[in-house]
Amino acid sequence: MIRFTDVSKSFGAKRVLDHFSLEIPTGQTTVLLGYSGTGKSVALKHIVGLLEPDEGIVEVDGQIVPELSRDDLVRLRSSIGYVFQFAALFDSLSVFDNVALGLRQQRRSEADVAARVAASLERVGLADQGDRFPSELSGGMRKRVGIARAIALEPRYILYDEPTTGLDPVTSAVIDELMVRTKRDLGVTGVVVTHDMRSAFAVADRIAMLYQGRVHAVGTVDEIRRTDDPVVRQFIEGRP
Amino acid sequence: MTDRLNRIGVAQLGFIRRTGRWAADAWRALGLPRIWAPQVIPQMRRLGVDSIPIALFLAVFTGIVLALLASYIFTGAVPLYFVGALVAKTIMMELGPVLTGMALAGRVGANIAAELGTMKVTEQVDALETLAVDVHAYLVVPRTIAATVMFPVVTAMAIAVGVVSGWITATNLLDLSTQEFFKGVRQFYQFKDAWFGLVKSASFGCAIAIMGSLTGLRTQGGAEGVGRSTTRAVVLGCEAILVLDAFWALVLL
Repeated sequence: MIRFTDVSKSFGAKRVLDHFSLEIPTGQTTVLLGYSGTGKSVALKHIVGLLEPDEGIVEVDGQIVPELSRDDLVRLRSSIGYVFQFAALFDSLSVFDNVALGLRQQRRSEADVAARVAASLERVGLADQGDRFPSELSGGMRKRVGIARAIALEPRYILYDEPTTGLDPVTSAVIDELMVRTKRDLGVTGVVVTHDMRSAFAVADRIAMLYQGRVHAVGTVDEIRRTDDPVVRQFIEGRP
Repeated sequence: MTDRLNRIGVAQLGFIRRTGRWAADAWRALGLPRIWAPQVIPQMRRLGVDSIPIALFLAVFTGIVLALLASYIFTGAVPLYFVGALVAKTIMMELGPVLTGMALAGRVGANIAAELGTMKVTEQVDALETLAVDVHAYLVVPRTIAATVMFPVVTAMAIAVGVVSGWITATNLLDLSTQEFFKGVRQFYQFKDAWFGLVKSASFGCAIAIMGSLTGLRTQGGAEGVGRSTTRAVVLGCEAILVLDAFWALVLL
């Protein structure tokens, strides 16, 4: 389980997370919804220790992330896949080597690495693209390589940062379907940051809406769809 | 006034703490050769071999100017074969390492800062962290080792080309024979002249790679941030060369 307790984080004078508390249960996909700049991606980065809270506690499976030793943090990160907003693929490496990089850090044999990379690329429908470079891929393909890189490590958690932003509706639906299939087949706990309502309703078991740096509403997809809360309704309906 | 001093003090302490942590991380990364070792040879080619043309271009013209300047200064007062001594000694001990270092601070320092800065703003550095890859071992150490090893190699080639360029200039444009030119070179040559320049250039390479990495990995913002980091890396690299140049002169001469 991932738990945020009273977490605050500021960048300069701007307080992005303000006493943010949320529990993310194991085995489900939780979507963090909210306007741009409400701290969704910042919250995600706290889970893997890319950012440290100014106040409050971030726990993953009972471990307090900012207090972990370097070795423990490396072990924790090995159990979490992270899919970045713009995929963050390494320009100088081929698709195969991008997916293989994390596996090679685990000192696996090259045959094992090759088998896992092939299986991961197969799962995202890019089995024959291993030799290409990121600059030769479309936006949707880059996102899929990002997902392949995350699932290759067989993580317990996958964090998706705006996985459908900038994609056309059909490609977005492909990515949504991939996230649902990944959870179903691999049993991973997902955390998805998005402001794409269609994607949120397609992949979520639970939805948490962030507003002004804290959780404003949380519930199942049906509960969020039916809520009367004016802030949530305005966001869902996209009213100015 | 007190508040302002406090703020400056806090900022300075923050800078020292960040730099100290960075240095500790980089030092620890040296113990992870399985990550950095495969990167060293490609970086030696990129940072060293690819820098040879610019270094040799500079050396050719340095040799020409030095020969002509020496002849102008020595006319009537000092035997002309001293041109060889001045060209060789100056290029070996000072101009070869420093001018090559300055040129490579532009090329190598900017290259490292721009590459790492772009990786930082496009979240590739964060991606490395989430894949449990040690960023310093993967990015900083191989570049630093490559620059430290390759700068003396490039500098040695620049020194050789500079001296040959001075010799060709002296024999073709001045009233000086090959025998006289090399008489001057030999008469004042000491083995220390060669290793002094090469030790300096190794330290320049190390400093330039560290400055480029440091500024690149601290890049914030988008393209503008990358531009700022690149400029800063070049400026810091040049400053480091001048400081190290004075340091080695004090310590070794």
